[in-house]
Amino acid sequence: MALLEVNNLKVSFHTRNGVVKAVDDISFSVNRGETLAIVGESGSGKSVTCYSLLDLLPKPPAVIEGGIAKFDNEDLLTCNAERMRQLRGNHIAMIFQDPMTSLNPFLTIGEQLIEPLIYHPDKTQRLSRKTAQVEAIDLLNEVGIINPTSRFNSYPHEFSGGMRQRVMIAMALINKPRLLICDEPTTALDVTIQAQILKLIKQLQKTRDVAVIFISHDLGVVAGIADKVLVMREGKTQDQNTTQEVFYNSTSDYTKKLLSAIPSGAKIKPSGAQQGSPLIAVNQLKTYFKDFSDSKNKLVKAVDDVSFGIQKGEIFGLVGESGSGKSTLGRSILQLAPITAGSVIYSGTDLGALKASQILPWRPKMQMIFQDPYASLNPRMTVYETLAEPLLYHAIANKQTVTKQVQQLMDDVGLARSSALKYPHEFSGGQRQRIAIGRAIASQPEFIVADEPVSALDVTIQAQILELILSLVDKRNLTMLFISHDLSVVRSICDRVAVMQQGKLVELADTEELWARPQMPYTQELLNAIPTADPKN
Amino acid sequence: MLRFIVSRLLQAIPVLLVVISVTFLLIHSAPGGPFSDEKAVPPEVARALEAQYKLDQPLWQQYVSYLGDVVRGDFGPSFKYSGRTVNELIAAGLPVTAELALYAMLVALFIGISAGVFAAIRPNSLQDYIPMSAAMLGICMPSFLLGPILILIFGIQLEWLPISGWGDIPGDKILPAITLGAGYAAYIARLSRGGMLEVLSQDYIRTARAKGLSERLIILKHGLRGGLIPVIAFLGPAFAGLLGGSFVVETIFQIPGLGRFYVTSAFNRDYTMILGMTIFFAGLIIVFNLLSDLLALWLNPKLRQQTRGGN
Amino acid sequence: MQMPSQSSEQHSSLWLDAWIKLRKNRMALFGFTVLLVLCVVSLLTPWIAPYSYETQDLMLGATPPSAAHWLGTDIFGRDMLTRIMYGGRVSLMVGFIATAVALVIGILWGSIAGFVGGRVDAVMMRIVDIMYALPFMIFIVLLMVVFGRNILLLFVAIGAVEWLTMARIVRSQVMALRKQEFVEAAYSMGLSRWAIIRRHIIPNTLGPVIVYTTLTIPSVMLLEAFLSFLGLGIQPPQSSWGLLINYGVETMEEYPWLLIFPGITLSLTLFALNFLGDGLRDALDPRASKD
Repeated sequence: MALLEVNNLKVSFHTRNGVVKAVDDISFSVNRGETLAIVGESGSGKSVTCYSLLDLLPKPPAVIEGGIAKFDNEDLLTCNAERMRQLRGNHIAMIFQDPMTSLNPFLTIGEQLIEPLIYHPDKTQRLSRKTAQVEAIDLLNEVGIINPTSRFNSYPHEFSGGMRQRVMIAMALINKPRLLICDEPTTALDVTIQAQILKLIKQLQKTRDVAVIFISHDLGVVAGIADKVLVMREGKTQDQNTTQEVFYNSTSDYTKKLLSAIPSGAKIKPSGAQQGSPLIAVNQLKTYFKDFSDSKNKLVKAVDDVSFGIQKGEIFGLVGESGSGKSTLGRSILQLAPITAGSVIYSGTDLGALKASQILPWRPKMQMIFQDPYASLNPRMTVYETLAEPLLYHAIANKQTVTKQVQQLMDDVGLARSSALKYPHEFSGGQRQRIAIGRAIASQPEFIVADEPVSALDVTIQAQILELILSLVDKRNLTMLFISHDLSVVRSICDRVAVMQQGKLVELADTEELWARPQMPYTQELLNAIPTADPKN
Repeated sequence: MLRFIVSRLLQAIPVLLVVISVTFLLIHSAPGGPFSDEKAVPPEVARALEAQYKLDQPLWQQYVSYLGDVVRGDFGPSFKYSGRTVNELIAAGLPVTAELALYAMLVALFIGISAGVFAAIRPNSLQDYIPMSAAMLGICMPSFLLGPILILIFGIQLEWLPISGWGDIPGDKILPAITLGAGYAAYIARLSRGGMLEVLSQDYIRTARAKGLSERLIILKHGLRGGLIPVIAFLGPAFAGLLGGSFVVETIFQIPGLGRFYVTSAFNRDYTMILGMTIFFAGLIIVFNLLSDLLALWLNPKLRQQTRGGN
Repeated sequence: MQMPSQSSEQHSSLWLDAWIKLRKNRMALFGFTVLLVLCVVSLLTPWIAPYSYETQDLMLGATPPSAAHWLGTDIFGRDMLTRIMYGGRVSLMVGFIATAVALVIGILWGSIAGFVGGRVDAVMMRIVDIMYALPFMIFIVLLMVVFGRNILLLFVAIGAVEWLTMARIVRSQVMALRKQEFVEAAYSMGLSRWAIIRRHIIPNTLGPVIVYTTLTIPSVMLLEAFLSFLGLGIQPPQSSWGLLINYGVETMEEYPWLLIFPGITLSLTLFALNFLGDGLRDALDPRASKD
């Protein structure tokens, strides 16, 4: 008898624009001590599935249309609100994606930890504050919080993202649940922290003998942790089997597509980097700014004495974790962030020495692609207007030829010509990124800074956009600075890679050289933390 | 925290200086002197009066000496209430207005917060629409309209409650407090609904639910703290508004408070009185803005620690 | 700009989306209709009012509503409907003109502070903060006392109070937009500052400005009514709803309709404008239209 057995679960959202089937006939089961991973891209219904088990979906618009979810022989979908309250936290607990927003900023973590104990639904089991505090501190210790006694009275904002997720895990485990649901618990974290949290979850599962449902968009993450995998797409089951079978012998086309979309291995064909003096030379660049959110206006050394060169025609990778200063470096090179000291030489011209008006003619030659394809497009301009703006402004096209050139651009980046008059909100994330790429290449630049261009995208879309970027670099003879936190992506696309940590350039090498023989401990740590989509590894 | 209070109080000094200067200049640039409408005053008497109120000195001297008086907390004698100082008149009216404002604020907070929270629990249901329509009505029914209507209904038609005075007959404080508080109750209801809706959609509310906490606890402990921040920020401006509202309510209900003094002084062109009261009101408003800021600060642990760190 | 011709699909801009959303909101639509009717009636008052503004009938005195006088007459035998219609002209005019004053000052102030940023912004917003701390209601009373009840002064005084919030809204919008990636993209494209302002910033600030303008009009009308009620606003022989309510209160025991009709008219107008403003806010909320 499985601990949780879900049969034919159906959930739909009744919105103004009609009924959306978010979960369509999903069945699965989890046993004690077992980990089931539910994998899917955005909109696959993986989170909705789990939220419906604990009645955490907003109703309306969500409606559970059918199915049974037997937890210990008790149907979760039909039990009353009072019973559900007893189940939540005590028998089934949950941790969420974003540890920044999932903890109450107004209460200390200690207070939030002991709440399930001191307000236990079963009044006879309620603990006093004092005993609850002892238990909570023990648990904080177990999940790896240093100095738990003194940290007990700290507020969430005093912890780093990884530490907050540890607190979340402690909070979920405090009433010794039998099932733990993890909703993308490491997605918001840096890769080294992700590795630590995954290890912690695995270890706690063993020592506490709980069943785990692990929701993720990342097959790589799942490979090392799951016993069984359920692959979902648009609310439907695509594949369901043991982890080994799913990764090595899947018959599902979609699973195969997902697996092949994960960037792995070296770049297939190097871009034609030219020898000689670099197109861009960055010399001892420093970008400092004051942190106004800090009461002391602390000076942040976002880029701290960085030097390197980018050869014409190459794709130069820049990797680092959040806060490493990689984005600021990209913006500093384009003179979008004011530099504090040092120089950026672009084919012989010191860009930093130019006045604001003198820089304007250089701008069309250097373009940028941003991470968030929604925020980087003006919501009140159609695709046509967005793409025509640089063409007309820089007199690359005139009124007669502009339509034709816009259409050419749309063909180049793989957008249907018929969607020219649509607005950004009418497109999917991947299509929006295509628009942004189209705008970046419209002014016929030589050099492009791509700042995490695929981080916000699903893995299959990510593969398509990477392919597009590679082909454009090749066709248009572009030079690119490719900024990413994702080392696998960088490896698959870049010729050379620089590693940044806390504003400094730690290591710089040819991509394969770096992978084979990382010199610095930090680089080694980063490379070791990459999850691989291979259960045996 | 102390440093924050001190720095805010220091910032209040230029504000008060601006208030004093502007009001002083305004009043002294008024067409016609303070005694010009009293036709029967012989010139020598007028001159004596002017000397008494220092009006014969050059403007800057008057300004400097007035500033000195104000710093010492002395607003000088009243023009029209002969023999009484502005300080005495303020001292007489203040307790009445303060009591009225307190009751009105209690009415506003109690009705406003409970209606707003109640509505936010089930948005877009009857439980939301009914209190929110009432709130909209409250906003669109200004005190100078609500007061007379309440008097008509409860005072004259039903004869349940007295319609004027303050503390003379039992129950005569009810209608003024409701009249003054109703509009603010409506605003607070809308603010607390908005704040609660925002907070209740946060991830950490979902976390609290997933922990198995009761809905009551989720709303009272996890929801209110963040949800009432807009209301707290509104308390300072609301207090300033209550002072203004007291002009109307005290006039309608014939309550001998500061508001009514102010309006009569305005009609009587009692310049020293207006000057003194304006400065006094400005000081009060600054203090209440500071208090509401402090309260908001105290409720937000992040801000609280930053100001502490600044020490 | 020439548009490509082969597109046949239906496309919706955010403005169109907002309009569709607004049309679905019955209360907002009601507010819009009331506002429209009021504007038309006010414009045409001299021609459609049942009696002339000056007509008195002292023999008649105050009478309750009748066939000849739909809303009754006041103690001088003047037709209430006519008085309310003429009063509405003044109230609406104060509402619109003072809001326009606030709009102009607020947008200029806020956008300059937002665009220039840095020290200029700090100083400009500090001034706004200081002015916020001033007891404005009292200042207006003071102005009215010192300079007499001058309608022009009233516009300026009310406008001078209301621009503060507008300046804050515009500034925060501009600041937020400046940090938006699409504005950064426009910079990196080499667009001049003016082109960025015109093409990317102004169209995206309009929504909140429209909403706040709609909500300012009723609050201005309320302020005018408040002052007129105290006898410090509009001066006879001119009339406004606040003044009519003031007169109504004096005689409400004997002639309650003299209070009730102007009261209802004022409340209904405020109601309509507030609902319209709320509806616009819902319709133009960027968070709601994002997905």
